[in-house]
Amino acid sequence: MQSYRKVEVIVGIFVLIGVLSMSWMAIKLGQIGGMGASGYSLKATFADAGGLRVGADVMMAGVSIGRLSSIALNDDSEAAVTLEIQNDVELSTDAIAAVRTKGIIGERYVRMSQGADDEVLTDGDELEETESAINIEDLISKYIFQGKE
Amino acid sequence: MMNTVEKQSMMVQWLGGLGRWCLQSIEKIGDASVLSAVSLAYFFKRPWQGKHIVLQMYALGVGSLIIMAITGAFTGMVLALQGYYTLAKFGSESLLGSGVALSILRELGPVLGALMLIGRAGSSITAEIGIMRVTEQLDALQMMAINPHARVILPRIIATTLALPLLVSIFDVIGLAASYVVGVELLGVNSGAFLGEMVAKVIPMDLYAGWLKALCFGFLVGVICTYMGYRAEPTTEGVAHATTQAVVVSSVSILILDYVLTSFFL
Amino acid sequence: MIRTQHLSRKFGTMTALDDVNIHVKPHEATVIMGGSGSGKTTLLRLLASLECPTSGNIYFSDESLVGITQKRLYELRAKMGMVFQYSALLNSLSVFENVAFPLREHTDLDDFIIQTMVTMKLEQVGLRGFEHMMPSQLSGGMAKRVAFARAIAMDPEVVFFDEPTSGLDPISAGVISNMILDLTKKAKMTSIVVTHDVHAGLDIADHVILLWQGKVIMEGTSDMIRNSDDARVLQFIEGRPDGPIPFSRSETAFVDDLMHKPGTVRMA
Repeated sequence: MQSYRKVEVIVGIFVLIGVLSMSWMAIKLGQIGGMGASGYSLKATFADAGGLRVGADVMMAGVSIGRLSSIALNDDSEAAVTLEIQNDVELSTDAIAAVRTKGIIGERYVRMSQGADDEVLTDGDELEETESAINIEDLISKYIFQGKE
Repeated sequence: MMNTVEKQSMMVQWLGGLGRWCLQSIEKIGDASVLSAVSLAYFFKRPWQGKHIVLQMYALGVGSLIIMAITGAFTGMVLALQGYYTLAKFGSESLLGSGVALSILRELGPVLGALMLIGRAGSSITAEIGIMRVTEQLDALQMMAINPHARVILPRIIATTLALPLLVSIFDVIGLAASYVVGVELLGVNSGAFLGEMVAKVIPMDLYAGWLKALCFGFLVGVICTYMGYRAEPTTEGVAHATTQAVVVSSVSILILDYVLTSFFL
Repeated sequence: MIRTQHLSRKFGTMTALDDVNIHVKPHEATVIMGGSGSGKTTLLRLLASLECPTSGNIYFSDESLVGITQKRLYELRAKMGMVFQYSALLNSLSVFENVAFPLREHTDLDDFIIQTMVTMKLEQVGLRGFEHMMPSQLSGGMAKRVAFARAIAMDPEVVFFDEPTSGLDPISAGVISNMILDLTKKAKMTSIVVTHDVHAGLDIADHVILLWQGKVIMEGTSDMIRNSDDARVLQFIEGRPDGPIPFSRSETAFVDDLMHKPGTVRMA
């Protein structure tokens, strides 16, 4: 019976290590729980959010400051997007959100540029200024048809 | 030269064999489901088998820890090395962290972990139960008013189901750490880019998918290996055959189930 | 103590037991004898309720074992012990833990009392001092003695023995036979022994049941068996290779098989 106690302790340590590994991954990598507690959400509407996905980065000056948490079509046939921004980042009310691409063939992300206003955005506010995704196909076709006219 | 009648009869024989094989497989799947369902029902009945679950966690879970750590470390190292030279061609070494993390978390952790569990613990489950059958130990338990379903099968299925997600998480962490060492310390990828990309690309769904896979795989390994042992032919060759079968069948089922689960989560 | 009524057991198309009616009286040693394949092990497994009969019924002190709930069967098992052919010791446990196993599982006795009881049982089989050995370190005879001690650990009313002396040297076999005798005569337990060892069997028995091809061919005291003039009984107890129980198990004519005659029925 003494040896069973030992087995119990070792199994306990094993479970502890396993659960620690799980929670480390959850907090550090998945940012489960961490984000919701330390971030605030902003809404933005884009005429074209082509290529954006849930989980996409929100970056300012090349630094990640949050994530895209939801994307849906609103009734005006525009893309309504919710962004989760880290609490320590303050954005002015006239900050600009733009859909951009990392590199030429990289993935889409939301680029934020700071505005000039003194007031800051708080949880649930809507970003007024947005720039839609630049669609390379549209650009190319524009040039082609311009040439024909 | 074979005439048409002979060809036809060969075809019929072949088809008959295929049909028989299918029927037998379905019968076995049914038998295994019933056996594990009956056994798992004892989870809710007295006497409580907690002590035996802990003992099996020790034998199957803790026992597989070392091999998981080694496999995890080398998987992470190889992925980093291989990934680096592929990505370097496109000048996108910075993606190394996310590439390694996603492969390990979603696929390699659960699948390699399950395969290691089969090799280390699954085969021993089948052999042990098979030998208990051969040496009449299962009957002896019956005669001592101990239900072998509750005492022998149930704790093993529960133990593999609980242990694999834990083992896979340890595998993942060690794999990621090893890929960091190779990627950043040895190959000189920027540490910030490596970790930043890793954190940026991994979404909670990746983690959930990995854990859910590990849970399902652990359960499947437990069910198949206990079934194979319990229904082993009570001879020495029977147990040997059952052990081989258990490893083959559970490995193949894991790979098939992995495809099914992956297609659900993408 | 245990009765059977028109007991039959079939495996596929093969009939292992056919309409067996026996009565095991309490405080007696009943020995079931027969050659290999006579169905004696099947009968023992049916009596111990390890298997279910195809038809017929088994009564354990007037309670039917057919269709019994598992809960009730496990309660009755407290009154049964069994010594298996290959001892069936749990090989992950020491000798002490094997004998203590039923006590630990079914009683709330504290370690001190269990220690005392296990020591008593091991003394009874002459293995006191071997508590810490593992089953893999024991010889066949010793393993069987430990199995014996385990079977009587709960002081059962009935003890089943499956080939208790097979595979043992003559001395160990004698020791086991003596222990079974003591069990019935002194401890007043009921023992049911399955064996093909004629001499050990007849020495132990108060009541002998002789099986042949799944049927009871002779029943009575040891002396009745010894003095029987039934040719099949004589052949069995004298161990003659040929007689009413034929040497050849083939069902087709030898000549036909050699000639590859069409229509020859061959055994699979």
